[in-house]
Amino acid sequence: MGRFIIRRLVGMVIVLFAVSVIVFAIFNVIPNGAPENRMAGKQSTPQQIEAIRREWGFDKPITTQYVKMMEKLATGDLVSYQQQRNVFDEIKQGLPHTLSLAIGAAILWMAAGVALGVYSATRAGGKTDFAINVLALIGISVPVFWLGALVNYYLGYKLGWFPNGGYVEVAEGGLWQWAYHLFMPWTVLALLFIGVYSRVLRGTILETQNEDFVRTARAKGLSEKQVMRRHVLRTSMIPIITLWGLDFGIVIGGGAILTEAVFDLQGVGQYYAESVSQLDVPPVMAITILGAVFIVVLNTIVDILYAALDPRIRLS
Amino acid sequence: MALAAPLYAEHVANTTPDKQNLTGTVVVDGEEVDIVTPDGIPVGPTWGSEYLLGADINGRDVAVRLLYAARNSMFIGLTGALITTLLAIVFGIVAGYYRGPVDWIISRAMDVLWAVPVLLLGVALGVALTLGGVRIGPLTLDAGSLWIPALIIGVVSVVYLARPLRGEILQLREQEFVEAARAQGASGPRIMFSELLPNVMSTVLVFFPLLFANAVLLEASLSFLGAGVQPPDASWGTMIDEGINVLITQPALTIAPGIMLVLCVLSLNVVGESVRKAIDPRARVMLEQ
Repeated sequence: MGRFIIRRLVGMVIVLFAVSVIVFAIFNVIPNGAPENRMAGKQSTPQQIEAIRREWGFDKPITTQYVKMMEKLATGDLVSYQQQRNVFDEIKQGLPHTLSLAIGAAILWMAAGVALGVYSATRAGGKTDFAINVLALIGISVPVFWLGALVNYYLGYKLGWFPNGGYVEVAEGGLWQWAYHLFMPWTVLALLFIGVYSRVLRGTILETQNEDFVRTARAKGLSEKQVMRRHVLRTSMIPIITLWGLDFGIVIGGGAILTEAVFDLQGVGQYYAESVSQLDVPPVMAITILGAVFIVVLNTIVDILYAALDPRIRLS
Repeated sequence: MALAAPLYAEHVANTTPDKQNLTGTVVVDGEEVDIVTPDGIPVGPTWGSEYLLGADINGRDVAVRLLYAARNSMFIGLTGALITTLLAIVFGIVAGYYRGPVDWIISRAMDVLWAVPVLLLGVALGVALTLGGVRIGPLTLDAGSLWIPALIIGVVSVVYLARPLRGEILQLREQEFVEAARAQGASGPRIMFSELLPNVMSTVLVFFPLLFANAVLLEASLSFLGAGVQPPDASWGTMIDEGINVLITQPALTIAPGIMLVLCVLSLNVVGESVRKAIDPRARVMLEQ
């Protein structure tokens, strides 16, 4: 176990290093990408540009620039080129928004996915099977930004049931306003996953039901409900917990950009999109690394959980 | 319809996708109506021969733009999926066949791709490359070229197919027919591409429609964020992006391209599912992993 974690940590460092190099390279090899020109503005003298180059270290060799950026990233002193604000302060501001969206949606899709999955597994071949398949297909075929726009238009504007996007702090508007504003984003984001989750869960439940230990549980006189809850569901949860860890990492690590954009939630994703469009490397670098950390850490947790839940799996 | 749109776009359309008409009028229910009202609200669907689905804020015909957008989206989706497939076949087979250090390098590269959210990487690449174009050796792509998003989508999706292929090859390479080929003195590349490749083609076939669907969706997302197809070129993603700005006054501009997009991706996914059922009942769907 200890060795497994150490190996994973080393692998993680390598992956993060590679990610940082890729991001740095993307923005440093492009033509017309020189940040000093954009920072100095359109009407600037060569002297001004030169001064910026020296002040920000753009005149140094590219490897030095990279090392410098990584040092700043590690110490938290990274400053964006365009707004010239501390990147971590900006991320800290947006992170609660992104986390609220991602956690709420993740709980929703997991709960709904499990409920639907169990329901349809106990009534295999029924109408819910069909419904789940349709829902799963919709989930992988409908772009979240379009669905968000439609929901915004019909439920938000036409019917006026929900506010048209925006984010309200708990401290500012109370718990109710916070949840009320997030309700549409949560639902839209969760809708994309519910179908797939319930389909996977239904599949594993149907498989597990034929296992010997389930027959034993029934034979010793447990009710169907107890068998389902204590034995079948427990083993059947493994694949969707894995899925959950991965998807949650992806959503939190930047996959929520589209949802944030369409509901104007001012989260980290939107900050990322803005920074990219201004070719502002420091925030892009910080957010990509942060996203990668989330994904890699969650992947590792999932692997460990996997082994903890199912003793047949060894970490090797 | 969407798949065939590229073929008939020119014949059906009685105008061009970029033609703007801010001051003209169109006949709706026997009345002449401004295509774009003085305060900037475009006409809604007329269901007539001109402006069938209405106009956008620049007075361009939405129905015509949809068809041309279909062409762009299909091109990017198909090329992207083809690039993914080619790269994944090469990487997956090479990694699985040679194992050892080659496999280690390729697998770690895949880990890196896996760790970065596809959308983050796609947006970063999209913005960076569409700004300056690409100049790598003999390969030159203009800033607005459709090849750029196709290439980006093709590269960032490689993991989806390369990983399962590698796994399959790892098993296949131990089988007798590979040993027999080796005993006959067949070279590495020969074994890989004429012995192993045909054996994994069913997996490739199962994945292809799904990759295609995913590429179309990713293209729309990138274009929506301004990192894909560049205006004035049309794509369903850019059209939705433009439509959302006037969502309240003219929702048709958002709804129409979205419906096209959903129908297209949905049909590709349905095709993918049927192929999967037909060929390999046990193959796992990419998105269920």
